[in-house]
Amino acid sequence: MAVYLDHAASGPMHPAARDAMVDWMEGGFGNPSGSHAVARRARLVVEEARDVVGRFLGVAPAGVVFTSGGTEADNLAVLGPLGTRPGAVVVSAVEHPAVLEAAAGSDREVRILAVDADGVVDTDHLKLLLDGEVAVVSVQTANHETGVVQPIARIAKIVHRRAPGAVMHTDAVQAAAWMDVAAFCAAADLVTISGHKIGGPQGIGALGVRDHVDIRARALGGGQEQERRSGTQNVAGIVGLAAAIRALDPARGELVGRLRDLLGRLVLDTCPEAVLTAPSAEKLPGHCHIRFPGAESEALLFLLDQKGICASAGAACASGAIEPSPVLLAMGVDKDGAGSSLRLTLGAGTTESDVRAAAAAIESAVSALRAGGRR
Amino acid sequence: MRVLVAMSGGVDSSVAAALLQGDGHEVVGATMKLWGGPSDTGCCSVSDVDDARRVAQQIGIDHHVFNFTEDFDRWVVDPYTADHAAARTPNPCIECNRHLKFDRFLERGLVLGFDAVATGHHARVVAEAGGRWSLRRGADQAKDQSYVLHMLGQYQLARVLLPVGGMTKVEVREVAGRLGLRTASKPDSQDVCFIPRRGGRHSFLSTRIDLRPGRVLDQDGSQIGTVPAVEMVTVGQRKGLGPAIGDRYVTDVDAAAGTVTVGPLENLLDARIRLDRLAWVDAEPAAGERFEVQMSAHGQPVPGQWEGAASAVVLDTPVRRVAPGQSVVLYRGDAVVGGGTAVPG
Repeated sequence: MAVYLDHAASGPMHPAARDAMVDWMEGGFGNPSGSHAVARRARLVVEEARDVVGRFLGVAPAGVVFTSGGTEADNLAVLGPLGTRPGAVVVSAVEHPAVLEAAAGSDREVRILAVDADGVVDTDHLKLLLDGEVAVVSVQTANHETGVVQPIARIAKIVHRRAPGAVMHTDAVQAAAWMDVAAFCAAADLVTISGHKIGGPQGIGALGVRDHVDIRARALGGGQEQERRSGTQNVAGIVGLAAAIRALDPARGELVGRLRDLLGRLVLDTCPEAVLTAPSAEKLPGHCHIRFPGAESEALLFLLDQKGICASAGAACASGAIEPSPVLLAMGVDKDGAGSSLRLTLGAGTTESDVRAAAAAIESAVSALRAGGRR
Repeated sequence: MRVLVAMSGGVDSSVAAALLQGDGHEVVGATMKLWGGPSDTGCCSVSDVDDARRVAQQIGIDHHVFNFTEDFDRWVVDPYTADHAAARTPNPCIECNRHLKFDRFLERGLVLGFDAVATGHHARVVAEAGGRWSLRRGADQAKDQSYVLHMLGQYQLARVLLPVGGMTKVEVREVAGRLGLRTASKPDSQDVCFIPRRGGRHSFLSTRIDLRPGRVLDQDGSQIGTVPAVEMVTVGQRKGLGPAIGDRYVTDVDAAAGTVTVGPLENLLDARIRLDRLAWVDAEPAAGERFEVQMSAHGQPVPGQWEGAASAVVLDTPVRRVAPGQSVVLYRGDAVVGGGTAVPG
């Protein structure tokens, strides 16, 4: 039986989300934009879900834009505001590629915000980057690889003071599984979430947009989602996303955090060379990021996979090849260190025996790689 | 046996994996991502990884991707550009075999607990008396790749399987077709995998080294023309040098002096080839031993002998000079004895 420790990549659906989707798909169908009874039912479930998602994001229901996932929502958040504003894009160096590549693909100047050794943004540097010529600032709520949490309220305050015309976006895709997004991201103008990272289905995400913020659509067509994202809504996905949000249990963070700490301790005890990434920073409870100097991520993951442990290294390209993590490089970790990364991410279903099995497998894999020598 | 198969996304390695799986080995496939830059041919684009992964799914084995782009830059791409800068004519596929497939990949496989690695090369590894191994030509004469594997020694041959070496290409495609593999009718890769077809070698090199114009001299040393880049000229070349060349050949390229010397065919002929980067399948041959000598991937072997101490091959009959950087491989019958890389003089 596999031990699944890659919840940051994608997690199992919560039974409540699955049931809600099946219920909908068995009984309903139809285009929510239509004007007859069948369409009205579809519209009803979409709007019920919009209320739930709006509350979760801390925005009005009309500020919820359903998208095909986190990447599309991030793209819309970075590029959408540019349609009505001149100026540069500021992104932190540790953003997800969905933000970094959107910024790079824009026609604007891109200013990269530095992070410290823990991966937390340098607010002094932020102040230097901000001026009246900034259109969008995007800083994630928590990092996809390390789980390190950013001080969003402080960052947003600085942005709004120093660049009053700028829109502040935060990608809360990873944070949403564990944090009170509405409260923590209250000062941000735009917030991204994704279904499959929080117990919902893949293929659905949302961008929360505050009342005063105008963004220009990227997907053009029928004008759905208040003309901010055209295309017939993924009704089943929307139903699943809302059900997953309803099923989120704030108490499980503490439990998972304890298991995560146990995992880190077991690995550090058995692998003396192992280095915990950002040990003292505030992190999401599910994330355990460890480096094994002298071992290569690829080889480590291969051996863990053979032992039934599903983990990741953090960064992979389209071919599936593991790349040296740009997140760790931005934190000042050298290439070899970045190339020896292991990202273990726990979920609500992770058990202590999972954690112990993973720690034992890691010990044996690391010692096998050491015995084999490194080139 | 536990076997790690290097799956390029081509038909040969697809069938290699399928055959090993069919023989009851414990097989895992892995595709090396070698080149990080733009590519449209060869063996390392995302679509080739997808093909390899799909074949692995179809035959029911696990598939992994190994990112060796840094090693590839270091051992293949950088030396390739350095060779051109020095007016040599490199064979990057041979360096890729030497440093990536049969070193980095092989060692990765061994560290991961595999007994052997396999590739889709058309050549045969044969167990000989006394626990020794020989490397022999592939059964399909037209597809034989033993030349590009000449650097394999006893250590590698004891740990390498070449499952399609005994088959013809037609047979390989038949097996792939019978198994319904998506690579069954995929064309063979032809060109250097990291050189995009658009722009080609010239534009690839021009972004990495300074291509310098050169003077074309005749055998007496008088200038008869110019070339836009000496680094792009190869010994033996006669095309692309302008009409003044007539029916003469390039007999020498001097990158430092920026000159290309041309002359009649007899000036190009040479019987003695000095080699470096020597590699022997088994023991180094004795001076005076006679072999068939092959000077290009599908060239006709010619008789010659090993000079020993001077690290040179002396051919019975002079041939057009081998461009420095090209590999020269010695055969005894269909068995590779070893070889090296031609150096000037």
